[in-house]
Amino acid sequence: MITIPYLTALTTYFSYGLLFAFGQFREFFRKIFDWWRGNNLQGYAPICLGLEDFYIRRLYLRIQDCFGRPICSPPDAWFDVVERLSNDNNKTLKRTTKVSRCLNLGSYNYLGFAASDEYCTPRVIESLKRYSASTCSARVDGGTTSIHMELEECVANFVGKPAAIVTGMGYVTNSAILPVLIGKGGLIISDSLNHNSIVNGARGSGATIRVFQHNSKFLQLWALSFQPYHVSMMSSSDLLLKLCFALNFVAPSHLEKVLREHIAEGQPRTHRPWKKIIVIVEGIYSMEGELCQLPEIVAICKKYKVYVYLDEAHSIGAVGKTGRGVCELLGVDTADVDIMMGTFTKSFGSCGGYIAGSKELIEYLKYSCPAHLYATSISPPAAQQIISAIKVILGEDGTSRGAQKLARIRENSNFFRSELQKMGFEVLGDNDSPVMPIMIYNPAKIPAFSRECLKQNVAVVIVGFPATPLLLARARICISAAHSREDLNIALEVISKVGDLTGIKYFPAEPQKQQVEENSFKLE
Amino acid sequence: MDSTVSILANVVGATSDWVRSVLEFQFARAVIFEVNIGGHLFVEGLLLVVILFLLSQKSYKPPKRPLTKKEIDELCEEWAPEPLIPSITDEMKREPPVLESAAGPHTIVNGKDVVNFTSANYLGLLGSQELLETCTTALEKYGVGSCGPRGFYGTIDVHLDCEARIAKFLGTPDSILYSYGLSTMFSAIPAFCKKGDVVIADEGVHWGIQNGLQLSRSTIIYFKHNNMESLRNTLEKVTQENKQARKLRRYIVVEAVYQNSGKIAPLDEIIKLKEKYRFRVLLDESNSIGVLGSSGRGLTEHYKVPSDKIDIITAAMGHALATEGGFCTGNARVIDHQRLSSSGYVFSASLPPYLASATIKAIDIVEEKPELLVKLRQNIAMLTKGLSDIKGLEMVSDPLSPIIFLALKQSTGSSKGDLQVLEDIADHVLKEDGVFIVTSKRSTLDKCKLPVGIRLFISAAHSESDLVKASESLKRATASLLPAHG
Repeated sequence: MITIPYLTALTTYFSYGLLFAFGQFREFFRKIFDWWRGNNLQGYAPICLGLEDFYIRRLYLRIQDCFGRPICSPPDAWFDVVERLSNDNNKTLKRTTKVSRCLNLGSYNYLGFAASDEYCTPRVIESLKRYSASTCSARVDGGTTSIHMELEECVANFVGKPAAIVTGMGYVTNSAILPVLIGKGGLIISDSLNHNSIVNGARGSGATIRVFQHNSKFLQLWALSFQPYHVSMMSSSDLLLKLCFALNFVAPSHLEKVLREHIAEGQPRTHRPWKKIIVIVEGIYSMEGELCQLPEIVAICKKYKVYVYLDEAHSIGAVGKTGRGVCELLGVDTADVDIMMGTFTKSFGSCGGYIAGSKELIEYLKYSCPAHLYATSISPPAAQQIISAIKVILGEDGTSRGAQKLARIRENSNFFRSELQKMGFEVLGDNDSPVMPIMIYNPAKIPAFSRECLKQNVAVVIVGFPATPLLLARARICISAAHSREDLNIALEVISKVGDLTGIKYFPAEPQKQQVEENSFKLE
Repeated sequence: MDSTVSILANVVGATSDWVRSVLEFQFARAVIFEVNIGGHLFVEGLLLVVILFLLSQKSYKPPKRPLTKKEIDELCEEWAPEPLIPSITDEMKREPPVLESAAGPHTIVNGKDVVNFTSANYLGLLGSQELLETCTTALEKYGVGSCGPRGFYGTIDVHLDCEARIAKFLGTPDSILYSYGLSTMFSAIPAFCKKGDVVIADEGVHWGIQNGLQLSRSTIIYFKHNNMESLRNTLEKVTQENKQARKLRRYIVVEAVYQNSGKIAPLDEIIKLKEKYRFRVLLDESNSIGVLGSSGRGLTEHYKVPSDKIDIITAAMGHALATEGGFCTGNARVIDHQRLSSSGYVFSASLPPYLASATIKAIDIVEEKPELLVKLRQNIAMLTKGLSDIKGLEMVSDPLSPIIFLALKQSTGSSKGDLQVLEDIADHVLKEDGVFIVTSKRSTLDKCKLPVGIRLFISAAHSESDLVKASESLKRATASLLPAHG
């Protein structure tokens, strides 16, 4: 649950109001100037619509320098951030030759495989020499080399499923495989905070989509009505529908309620029974750092004969005793999860994604999944990186580096989280999760926090509207096993200082924590 | 008894008299606008009140009875879902051959050296020493993955260099890198086409485009494959029918070289039509970059059309450039818009840096070695000629296309049956002569209705004897496997 102090909520609304008002004011003059200069569209409709433009021009451009900062080294614990200059109020940013060595708290380098590794890199280069950088062919044609077969077997073993299929991009894994599994007459029950690739995959499938409130912890209405790219891609009727759901389904263990209601009602209008229902959840939510309540969800799904689709993009490799993700961490038998999806971009420091499941499921996917049939197969060196990383994690390289990495990321995460909380920051997420958002709220503090941290050589990620609900802007810290204790101490010191400067320690430091909570209003 | 009755009769009589007298006293002689008003007015008034009262009442509805918990329990108990996937048939179990070496012009399958016609390695850059060296250096410097989306420290300097290099090569103002070829189109299209917009697309476009169109929720109209007459009619019809069309965003979506047929889009005519009807053009150049045009700059160069006439150009890099990923290029506005609203760009980890370095190098090679392009054209011409008189199969593709697409002259009636026949030919050719070719398989999601066929991807790295071997072997296979077609 997020508690926003009254005053903060008010000032945040006020700030956005001000930004909006000034934006409109400037837009008005821009329109006059444009009209005066004459339009050059020559009968074409403008390629970007007004409101989309408004957000980019009047809000995003102001803080553009906090996003997309180029780096010129691997995204390891420390990296080189290229400085950029702007001569026109942040409208365009020019790369300079200056770099600053910064502590990396932004990359998803959970296990520290991003930089070259003593075990992985030589093998990667060897397979580059043997197989080249690409196959220039789809998997069903001539894009399956022996390294791809090895990779799929290796992943299936690691995840704990009979078989697996690998694609060259995590996003495509979700968006190209969901439409194969379910179509018209099916129901997808998706967690409200699911990643955009799932949203797109679900939309592409033609199935009915319903949302359930994840962990029932969240600001229902806000989260839904201001949900990021949903807004820009969604028509107003959709929005209304979603709002209705938000109002109706504010109850604990939503999933069960939503399931019962929909199974009893059947398909909309025709009331035929659903063909099948898939519940989609993520292992760790990338913007919240929360773990999903997998055991409860799996139990409910089993009870109602519903299929479970688990997206482990952020959790595979990062949590669990041997890095096998949330199933291992929360003690769920992988046999109870029908479809296990994950990506290799995070913990494994590579690219691509996988689906693991029963042998039949994978056979069917290999027969019908567009990503398998049409897309260039995953680059062989990237495949080798995954295989080697898994071997290190499992200790098959003959050392205990993998176990150490896993122990370190858990210690680092828990240490960092508890220290931040002690300082009085509002930190979201569960223990053991390497993702920890620090709430910022006020729009002006978003760039301030990021710029001040960067000045002191700490690189953090900030996320605001539209990637989060309007009120809930935050900074996101991703902890890596590559961070040493000294690194973390440096980071804590800087964040604490900047936190004081920007005034985002919404709780007083440790002992007097109780008082504040009474003064703040709670949005449940 | 009698008295009570008489009293009652008296009372009733007296009351009715009174009522009558009252009424008549009031209205009997009332004349309004020369109309006599009688006692009926009272009755009508009363009726009106009754009607109003009835109207104000809610109409009768049977009381709603929500399902009880027990009933829902029963329904949930009763509900039997379909299995997650249909039962597996033999055709689904088919496994593609596994390559034991790089997918170059020659590769190893089952321990045997075979000539590879499955790899879209048009310029033969796959396995080139220069590319390997570039990749090795980049791998040592940057590691493999970028560990983050472009917005969150996933932008490596080589990404920016690569974007600038692509833009410079194609003569466009700016370009944007995607981390996967397939995701390029299906992210770029929904960034520009929204609900209500009109998109006119070729019916033969590949799945990535189809999916993008579906996600955009625009009004999609397909025209006949590579048929300009059909495109013109469609444009005319849409503009005529919809007076609003002028205000909507309107797009034509075509591929330069169609993956599903090997045909080349007549860009000059498309440009004429586009300008006449004021449509924007989205062009997928996946199979034409590095192949068409005097210096390999793609379809625009081939037709000598300035690239700014095309609003959005996309391409996958897993073809002639022999790397992976994709890019979109166009004017600054188009590119900047995608950096915030293209889902495959915003929400996905960026392209592994070594592939970006390799792309830069590959473009350098394309510019430095025009002889590759010459060799590729010779190879295309040679194989096209060699296969022109093949029996039973018909060459659908354009004579300049690097994809030779052979469809059955006589269809078996179903695309499944056709595919089986072609599949047998491909298997036969691989087993007997070591020539690795593939059929155009279709996903169950693919809406493309074009005939299936055998696809040969020609490379500049194929030697003359490879090409001769391929055409001879295919001819022998069709002669023995398609006897009915004589």
